Amino acid sequence: MRWVCIVFPQLALDAVQRMHPTPHEPLALLAGTPQRRVLQTVNAAAHALGLRSGQSLTAAHALVKTFACAEYDPVEIERWQQFLAAWAYQFSSQVSVFYPRALLFEIESSLGLFGPWPRFEARLRKELSELGFRHRIVAAPNPAAARVLANRYDGLAVADDHALMQALAPLPIDRAGLDPQAAIALSRMGLRSLAQVQALPRHTLARRFDAALLKHLDALSGQRPLALGFYQPPDRFDVRIELNYDVQSHQALLFPLRRLTGDLSAFLCGRDSGVQRFALHLEHAQAPDSVIPVGLLSAEREAPMLFELARGRLEQVQVTSPVRGVRLVAQDLPVFVPQRQDLFDDRPQQTLPWAQLRERLRARLGDEAVHGLRFHADHRPECAWQAATDKNPCPTLNNVQRPGWLLAEPTLLAEAGVQILKGPERIESGWWDGADIRRDYYLIQTRAGQQGWAYRTVGQCDGLWLQGWFA
Amino acid sequence: MGAVVALDALFNGGRVWKGRPAAPPASVHPTGLAALDAVLPTGGWPESALSEILMAKDGVGELQLVLPTLARLSAAGERIVLVAPPYTPYPHAWQNAGVDLRQLTVVRAEERDALWAVEQCLRSGSCGAVLCWPRKADDRALRRLQVAAETGQTLAFAWRALSDALNASPAALRLAVDARPAQVRVLKCRGGLAHPAPIALAGY
Repeated sequence: MRWVCIVFPQLALDAVQRMHPTPHEPLALLAGTPQRRVLQTVNAAAHALGLRSGQSLTAAHALVKTFACAEYDPVEIERWQQFLAAWAYQFSSQVSVFYPRALLFEIESSLGLFGPWPRFEARLRKELSELGFRHRIVAAPNPAAARVLANRYDGLAVADDHALMQALAPLPIDRAGLDPQAAIALSRMGLRSLAQVQALPRHTLARRFDAALLKHLDALSGQRPLALGFYQPPDRFDVRIELNYDVQSHQALLFPLRRLTGDLSAFLCGRDSGVQRFALHLEHAQAPDSVIPVGLLSAEREAPMLFELARGRLEQVQVTSPVRGVRLVAQDLPVFVPQRQDLFDDRPQQTLPWAQLRERLRARLGDEAVHGLRFHADHRPECAWQAATDKNPCPTLNNVQRPGWLLAEPTLLAEAGVQILKGPERIESGWWDGADIRRDYYLIQTRAGQQGWAYRTVGQCDGLWLQGWFA
Repeated sequence: MGAVVALDALFNGGRVWKGRPAAPPASVHPTGLAALDAVLPTGGWPESALSEILMAKDGVGELQLVLPTLARLSAAGERIVLVAPPYTPYPHAWQNAGVDLRQLTVVRAEERDALWAVEQCLRSGSCGAVLCWPRKADDRALRRLQVAAETGQTLAFAWRALSDALNASPAALRLAVDARPAQVRVLKCRGGLAHPAPIALAGY
């Protein structure tokens, strides 16, 4: 049991359907020339209405008035297979897309990490169902046998070569992955199951058939290894969802957005990386795309969090024309460092770590909205603070009295009733950068009892300016 | 036996006023003002709850009430978030009050977003104290903040105008700060009768 094969029997349909918020409506994929459109695949709802694959589009419209159509695109299917390979890359470094609409990967070395096979299989099924792909999973000692057994079985796990022979023996000839011509020839010879073919003397098979037949039989029994090219994950993520209608409100974009961020998260888990910056492209029919950049302070990959952040940014944006498609592009994929979590945390209900909370606040309020505060060694009050966080603890400061609150702009104070409690203290600084000040500061008390910090510019009689409150 | 235990819990939780003076249990969050601690039923700030500080004008010592608490929390490595403060905190003064500035975070937001941000911070449970200055908050908004503070087990402080004292509030503790004379009055405290006499506030 070293190889797993996952077959996606409805890959084209699933790839289209998972982008639809309502997957239970009748849907048909169309292929063929523009003159003669043919239904390539139909989903269960469409099948119940009498639509069949192979029907012409005219015949289908005669049967059913309304059903959704989408293009059957082989390139798109190829792309989804690549995406699934990227997903499977988190479980194994040897992932192969050798067979169409199927994934092969080696699991012997992964079992130690992902638990015994039943648990591992359950996890694979759960994640694939969440991604929205129907599947059949088979584990077998060699890749060719796994692929062939997946034609017939789902959930089969073959442990060793002996059991493999028993599992392969009853397979019908036409499901054994043989060349179609060879399969027809064998069935015309009266052979029905794979066991009967394997029982034939090798030299007679070699004389009657192409060399490929014997190679395939040997690959099935594991006597001849199958040469597989392994998958390498790409360095960027770029997926787009085309909406088949014009979207005017951001509510309707949330479903595709949730899919895109979920896919991004699955891709990142596969690569064991995080994302620090990605861009949402909203495609319009007439106008150029609106690009919404989403930036994070640290690399993240949790699907709900990515969705929440992208949603926060999306809700702020005003778009002038209707949206036709959504695209998510992520190029900057740094290494993901999981957050350290303390087992003996003294706050049991710590539901959201600070880093995530900060990202959530930044996503809604803007990048500059959340900042720290640090002391800057300058005597001028305007320059004594900076919106940044210190790395090191602040040195002890001299014990002069300073107000807790600093006004953004000094305001002129009506002097009637103002009582000076202390002062003056002269602050004279800043000759080097042009913002020269020469002021006498006083601790004052207004008639209402407020304590403030006000100054008079030396040499000018323009009144008392309030700059802070001793709160 | 079960009834006895339940009664104990009731008394210790401070929900039943017993009518005779008993030594208040030591609070987890003393205010730093011994006279105030003595009259509060919890012996300090109510835990995981919203405390309101009402003042007629700025600059009457309203910040002095919380600075010792903030200093203690920041020294313990807890995060302190200021959501939409009315002015810039002067680092020099805060540092001298003992607050570790590295634990301080300022969130700039409009009035509507500010309430949202406060609720998020309180609910997350990753902050030690959240300070806010709601201007147009009604009792529903404050109720949300109170529930969020309970959920996240976080201290919440809200500074509001003295005119709001007339309206009912879901806050666990309401203090009014007067300028002349410099004093604090307890308007409401959950778990006990509000102390009728004002407490003098040390001026400069």
